[in-house]
Formats: sequence, structure tokens, C-alpha cells
Amino acid sequence: MRSTAKRALFEPVIDDNPVTLHVLGICSALAVTTSLLPSLYMALALTSVAALANTAVSAIRKVLPSSIRIIVQMTIIASLVIVVDQLLKAFAYNMSRELSVFVGLIITNCIILGRTESFASSNPVGLSFLDGIGNGLGYSVILIIVASTRELLGSGTLLGITILPTVADGGWYNPNGLMLLPPSAFFVIGFIIWAVRSWKVEQVEKPEFRIHEVHRTEAL
Amino acid sequence: MSEPKPQPSKSGESVGKTLLIALLVSLACSSLVASAAVLLKPYQIENQLLDIRRNILEVAGLLWTEGDINELFETIETRVVDLETGAYVDDVDPATFDALEAAKDPQLSVAVPPELDRARIGRRAKMGLVYLVRRDDAIQKIILPVSGYGLWSTMYGFISLEPDGNTVSDISFYEHGETPGLGDQIAKPRWRARWQDKRIYDESGALRIEVVKGRVPAGDPLAAYRVDGISGATLTGNGVTHLIRYWLGDHGYGPYLRALREGEGT
Repeated sequence: MRSTAKRALFEPVIDDNPVTLHVLGICSALAVTTSLLPSLYMALALTSVAALANTAVSAIRKVLPSSIRIIVQMTIIASLVIVVDQLLKAFAYNMSRELSVFVGLIITNCIILGRTESFASSNPVGLSFLDGIGNGLGYSVILIIVASTRELLGSGTLLGITILPTVADGGWYNPNGLMLLPPSAFFVIGFIIWAVRSWKVEQVEKPEFRIHEVHRTEAL
Repeated sequence: MSEPKPQPSKSGESVGKTLLIALLVSLACSSLVASAAVLLKPYQIENQLLDIRRNILEVAGLLWTEGDINELFETIETRVVDLETGAYVDDVDPATFDALEAAKDPQLSVAVPPELDRARIGRRAKMGLVYLVRRDDAIQKIILPVSGYGLWSTMYGFISLEPDGNTVSDISFYEHGETPGLGDQIAKPRWRARWQDKRIYDESGALRIEVVKGRVPAGDPLAAYRVDGISGATLTGNGVTHLIRYWLGDHGYGPYLRALREGEGT
């Protein structure tokens, strides 16, 4: 039991990471990672929604008719996201303005529905809670890496503190403007996936299609 | 991934039970959302107000002290102005007047003539707020709310003027959707500093202020009215030009500023 709990919590961080292995939740990873602070809030928001949604779905899994299970899961997720959004607006107003629609878009983040459907609807409450936290952590780790890279190279700062003084402020660092635009998150996530899969070769997917070498005479 | 596929629950397949579960889940979720919304509303309203007040204080140059925002804001005089005549309106409470809400009410607003509406404002309230910083009864700063369309969406901000009603002291935007890293520089201190001491009107009273593309060349005779643009954000800069020219023009706060200059502040 202990080891299952540990697996539910830590496996999604690297070995079964929702972003790098399943390539889910990319939309918000592109949008909010221009600087580190909003990414931390986003990570916190997603982790809490994932954990609570998993817990709620798991708690009613035995009475939940399978014909309406997806819509019920969506209802629960949407309600939790609204609550999180309202909380941010009340207690972290500037941050909620910066994150704008992306907190609301947690509803459509495939990581959450993916976990409630594939894990919480067939596992006990405690384990589902840990699985939610674990997947939230997996998402958070990627978000933090991407946001740190982008903020450092794009603005020369981390959490708003100057690390590389930029030319415009009289320093030496010429910021890379691309890092502030969404495509750079694609590149950074791509590099992370490349690095993780070079390290953990078992994550590399088998090619679905292989080009055969055709002998010249055969082709003719 | 080795989780088993979810088993269809054997107990929950009848229509009645399905409806009952759906009803219960909906009830639980809606009461959760409703109570969160109601309980947190006061905090959210306070935050919005605080944010706008912080911006006013900032553009007034009063935010250098780490004081309580509301307390500092008490030192600023808020007045309602009839934009057409430029006179103060005393029977409207400035604390509750919301120009953006009033702009939606046909009774309280006027349409902006299309030829003047380069900032795509549409309608504006008949009255507007002004914030005055006074020291020993003399006006130190005049702060006016401005808004208009940038590249992507409407930008909302404040401009503060010196007591002559012509020289810019600072400009700030508290809400905008301009491109990160490019247009969003309009809210950054570096660009805002370029507005300092620029003039809005020339000697004849004509609107001259504009954000140019690139830098203002050295020796430009109109340099006092021209602000360096942001490279890569020309359209945002044009939006700022349009909205400042509208709000400080004859259809905006122009009559008020003229009255203020002539009457030397009341």
C-alpha cells in the first residue's frame, strides 16, 4: 500500500509525466510561462484542482452511472475551477489579471479530465488524491523549468529580480525576444522531452510507420 | 499506464438513479460555486478599487511611500466634471460614479462622432472623473482617466498633467491586452518616463501630442510634442496617440482643461 501511494505521487513527476510523456496540458504551458511568478500560481491552481477533482470523482465512483460519468466529471472540474478563479480574484488580484482566461481554461486541461477518468473513477479516494497531487506536480515541474528558461533568457530576470542585466538597463545582456512569445515554449518543451527521452529511453514511442528501403529495380 | 479501465457501475444504470445522481451533483456543485462567488465578492470589489487607486497614486507620483493605499488616496480630491461644459458637477457623488458603467447607459452617455473616434471608444459618459492633487490649496497634478483601442483590445489608464493643464507628468495603463514584450511596454517605467515634460497643445491650443514611429530625431522642432515609439509596437503607439488626443481634445476633457487654465483652478 505504501509503495502504491508513493508511485501514485511520484511516478507522474518524471516517469509518467503528463506533459512530457503524454504531451497534455500544452496550451496553458505555452501561455502562462513568459515569467515565473504567474507560472507558480498556475501550477498551484492546477494541482489543487487535479487533487480535489480526483478526490470528488473517486468518492462518488461507486454510485456514478457510467452513462453520465464524463459530464459529471466535467461539472465537478468546472465548479472547482470557478472556485479557484474566484479565490485568485479575491486574494491574488494582480496575478489573476495576469493569468486572465488561463485559469478558466484549466477546465479543458486534458490532464484533469484524463486523471479523473482513467484513475479516480476506478481507485480509492486517498490514492486518487495523491495521484492528483502527483500529476499536478509533474505539470508544475515542467511549467517551472519552461518559465525559468523563458524569463531568464527573455527578460534577464527571475521572479522579477535581475539576474542578467539587459542592454536597455545599461547591462550587457541582449534579451532574446523570441523567448517572450508563445512559440519559444514549444521549443523549450521539445528540448525537455528530448532530454527526458534520451535519459529514459523506455519513454520513446515505437514508430507507427517505418519507411522501407526500396530496392531500385523493384521500384522500377 | 496500467490502470484498469473504469468498470461500468452495476448499481447505477436505471434512469431514475441516473437522474437522481445528476441532480445531486448539480446541486452540490452549484451551491459550491454560488457560495464561493457570494462570499468572495466583497474582497474582489475591494481589490479592483484598490488597484485603480494604486494606479492613480502611481501616476500622481505619490506612491513612493509604502503607506496604506486607501489612506494615501484620501489626500487626492476626486471631482465629477461635465465634459461638454468643463464645469464641475456637485450633485453626483464622485465616490460612486463609474464612467465606464455610465457609458453603457444611453441616458448618461453620448456617442463619439465617428470622425473623432480613431481610438474606437464608441460611447462615452457625459460626465467624467478628475483627480486633483493639491498642496496648500494649489493644484499640483491633474489626473484624467483615458481609454481607447490599442492593437488587440481596449487599454485603460490614467494621464497626469502639471497644473498648466498641458505638460505631461506621467501616464499609466492598468488594463490592456497588448503583445507581451512589445506593446506591453506601454505600462513599463522606461517608456512612461519618455512622456515626462511633453506638451499636449501648442501655443494656439491645437492638439500636437503624438507617439512617433521610432525615435524622435534630434533637433525636431516638434520634439516637445513627440514621444519615442516602441519598436515593434507601432500600432499600440498609434492607439495611445489616438486615445490621448481624443480624451484631451474638445470632445473629451479639453473644455475642462481650458476652463482650468483660464480660471486658474477652483
